[in-house]
Amino acid sequence: MNETVTLTNKDKFLSHFDLVDFSMDEDFSSDKRKEAMELIQWLDFPTSKAEYWKYTRINKIIKGDYKVSAPENEIEIDLAVPTKNCIVLINGYFSEELSFFDITEGIQFSSLSDAKKSSSILKEKFNSLVKKDEIFADINSAYHQDGAFMHVAKNVQADEPYYILNMVDDSNIISNPRNFIFVEQGANAKVVLKTINTANTGSFTNMVSEIFVEKNAHFEINKIQDEAEDSFQIATEQVVQADDSTFKINTFTLNGAIVRNNLNIDSLGKNTMTYLNGLYPLKGKQHVDNHTYLLHREPNGESHELYKGIMGDSSTGVFNGKVFVHREAQKTNAFQSNANIVMTDTATINSKPELEIYADDVKCSHGSTTGQLDEEALFYLRARGLSKESARAVLVNAFASDVIEQIGVDAVKDEIEKYIDDNYQGIK
Amino acid sequence: MQTEDELIEEITNSEYKYGFYTDMDADQAPKGLSEDIIRFISAKKNEPDWMLEYRLNAYRIWEKMEEPEWAHLGYAKPDFQDLHYYSAPKPKVQLDSLDEVDPELLETFKKLGISIEEQERLTGVAVDVVIDSVSVATSFKKKLGELGIIFCSFSEAVQDHPELVRKYLGTVVPTTDNFYATLNSAVFTDGSFCYIPKGKKCPMELSTYFRINEANTGQFERTLVIADEGSYVSYLEGCTAPMRDENQLHAAVVELVALDDAEIKYSTIQNWYPGSKEGKGGIYNFVTKRGLCMDRAKISWTQVETGSAVTWKYPGCILKGNNSIGEFYSVAVTSNHQQADTGSKMIHIGKNTKSTIISKGISAGQAQNSYRGLVKINKGATNARNFTQCDSLLMGNNCGAHTFPYIEVNNQSSKVEHEATTSKIGEDQIFYCKQRGMDETTAINLIVNGYCKEVLNQLPMEFAVEAQKLLEISLEGSVG
Repeated sequence: MNETVTLTNKDKFLSHFDLVDFSMDEDFSSDKRKEAMELIQWLDFPTSKAEYWKYTRINKIIKGDYKVSAPENEIEIDLAVPTKNCIVLINGYFSEELSFFDITEGIQFSSLSDAKKSSSILKEKFNSLVKKDEIFADINSAYHQDGAFMHVAKNVQADEPYYILNMVDDSNIISNPRNFIFVEQGANAKVVLKTINTANTGSFTNMVSEIFVEKNAHFEINKIQDEAEDSFQIATEQVVQADDSTFKINTFTLNGAIVRNNLNIDSLGKNTMTYLNGLYPLKGKQHVDNHTYLLHREPNGESHELYKGIMGDSSTGVFNGKVFVHREAQKTNAFQSNANIVMTDTATINSKPELEIYADDVKCSHGSTTGQLDEEALFYLRARGLSKESARAVLVNAFASDVIEQIGVDAVKDEIEKYIDDNYQGIK
Repeated sequence: MQTEDELIEEITNSEYKYGFYTDMDADQAPKGLSEDIIRFISAKKNEPDWMLEYRLNAYRIWEKMEEPEWAHLGYAKPDFQDLHYYSAPKPKVQLDSLDEVDPELLETFKKLGISIEEQERLTGVAVDVVIDSVSVATSFKKKLGELGIIFCSFSEAVQDHPELVRKYLGTVVPTTDNFYATLNSAVFTDGSFCYIPKGKKCPMELSTYFRINEANTGQFERTLVIADEGSYVSYLEGCTAPMRDENQLHAAVVELVALDDAEIKYSTIQNWYPGSKEGKGGIYNFVTKRGLCMDRAKISWTQVETGSAVTWKYPGCILKGNNSIGEFYSVAVTSNHQQADTGSKMIHIGKNTKSTIISKGISAGQAQNSYRGLVKINKGATNARNFTQCDSLLMGNNCGAHTFPYIEVNNQSSKVEHEATTSKIGEDQIFYCKQRGMDETTAINLIVNGYCKEVLNQLPMEFAVEAQKLLEISLEGSVG
């Protein structure tokens, strides 16, 4: 009985894509889609009994009634992004009208569908990193409409940040944006990946990004999730790092009813540097689940992970970070930290920082704290004439600043700072 | 001067010092598990009907349960139909003095280094010796009796104090709790029972020595400690087991009840046979230990785990009463092919509850050592406080150390801190010691002792000495 019910759920969910036309797709990509569809047949949606999804109920997501819609009308919107290169996706489809490019030698930045026609690296590597047993990632592989493609050639230094804007402008939209980023040896680039939801109701964004950071390359991605209040997002990043490379990701989850981040990093090279940062200031009934998995496979790697959460109202925060140190990965230094402030009695935080270590000559640590704003610090500020509300705002700002300081793109830094200022001014 | 390799060789070669086997006639149940076997055990122990019902109920639940697989462990699952569920030394006659105790048994104790006379005379520790599930010797009973303290084997308690057993049995670890606890509820043969009346402080450390003796005998101990309002007891549990080639199963349940203002200190040294160097044999240790704290009560678990091939153990506290305190101090040493998945659970329900978890793991050889813990702060547990520290020390590059903490906080006034580190012994530390004339082995022992000090300090004196000895044996000539 139970089984039939779940099957129906999956079938019903997949039926949203029945009318989507993928006939224009390139052959190699069609093959990948077929492979993924094949896999989906054998998979089921995870329940809270699955360890990996223990704290996140996805019923609301999978039972939603969605539509797939390519935008037709002209959209009047001032994006005001401080960059010369911006890809705009609307409801999962590439918007030629809103996107703009400043052609730079050595950097290929285009929609995924355009790249499928020409890029050999895409043909070679596409869908090679995605985990086969993750149903949401497979759904993306099978049914993605479009996405962003970036290829930075050897030793090219991109000064400007590249923007990928992922917009939803209608209700009940389901979209599967798919991004592919390849940073060649010695190159350096920064990307801002932002989700904006201008409509209000019940959309679901199921995004997958594949990121390759080659030897001695440096790559930073700033991910801003500003979903609508009752929209859902599952974002999966699959990253591989080669020798001597640096990878940094800053995740800011600002809005969304249920947001789940699956961040998987395979540090396959020696001497890699990895920074994972996250900030989740939550309100209302938000539920944000950050899962990170960092694998150190080769020696001399270093990683720093810092996730901070502010749980307000009836929100729920989840942090599950895992650092895996392979037997060969001697001299690994891995540091993981998760700090949370719980503002109300109805808010919840579930934190699960994990270490799995098979090499002995390592320095690994993790810490997790949950608490309140420091009473003594509040007193100190109030003794100097600040109101209770502003004193609290100052402390929240200070709490968030550790993560904000990690941002390498000034415009994003300003944006997040402003967000914290606006939302935590005069908090009680 | 020993090289590192020689040291590895030495530690992995050090034989299990307590591996011997006492030749005694045992009164055994046939192999296998069924309702009939349970009726047999119950009849053999002359139990009242309610006890039999309790067992049968547990068995029926157990039949429908599946063996858990979530732990970070790999082992051949025991065949539950290939075990003896009851084995007892010959029916005991009432003894007037130690002379009447089976000389072979006394010999066993001597080898263990716990001669009863010595303990009685020198340390003032009352020992309730359990060999293969049935109590053989109980001492200091009278002295305790004067204070109204009941300290006896579990089966005696079922006969003599049924009202207490019925009231508290299964209240902390319910029959349905988990696969092994349920199995234990169905087939437990004996164990210890302790009751401290209101306002009494137990004047001596109570201790029980467990041994697994008969080949192919699953051991299912059941311990129930009740500290009534305002009372205090310190309870010691120590284990050594003889060398056996087949894996032996041990699934004990320990329930502690600390009523208002009571305090229970429960210390364990576990040194069961860890299996051979090649990972053959050894004890499977699947234990459920839990304590319940009422208002202002305190339960403190201290454990030093050096034995067993596979350990699966999470002593925990349910902090139900306001202002109650739970503590957990642990040293877990794994070497060769040993595997341990251990940690603590602290469930905060009452207001102003506090808990501390200090866990020190040491992993050598091919061993895998995991810390798995849960700190759960319920919504009503305002101003709750937890501090968790779990450190892992790795020796050699074939072993693993893992940390899986679960932290769940549901209110705004609680503070929860967790920190964990994993590293090896610093070369600079060894260098410093060597430079001052110590050899490498002494240096490592010194460093390991320092590393475990926070936990060893929690043990009662006699136990601390034994624990230190054990650590030295386990890490004899250890690796840097």
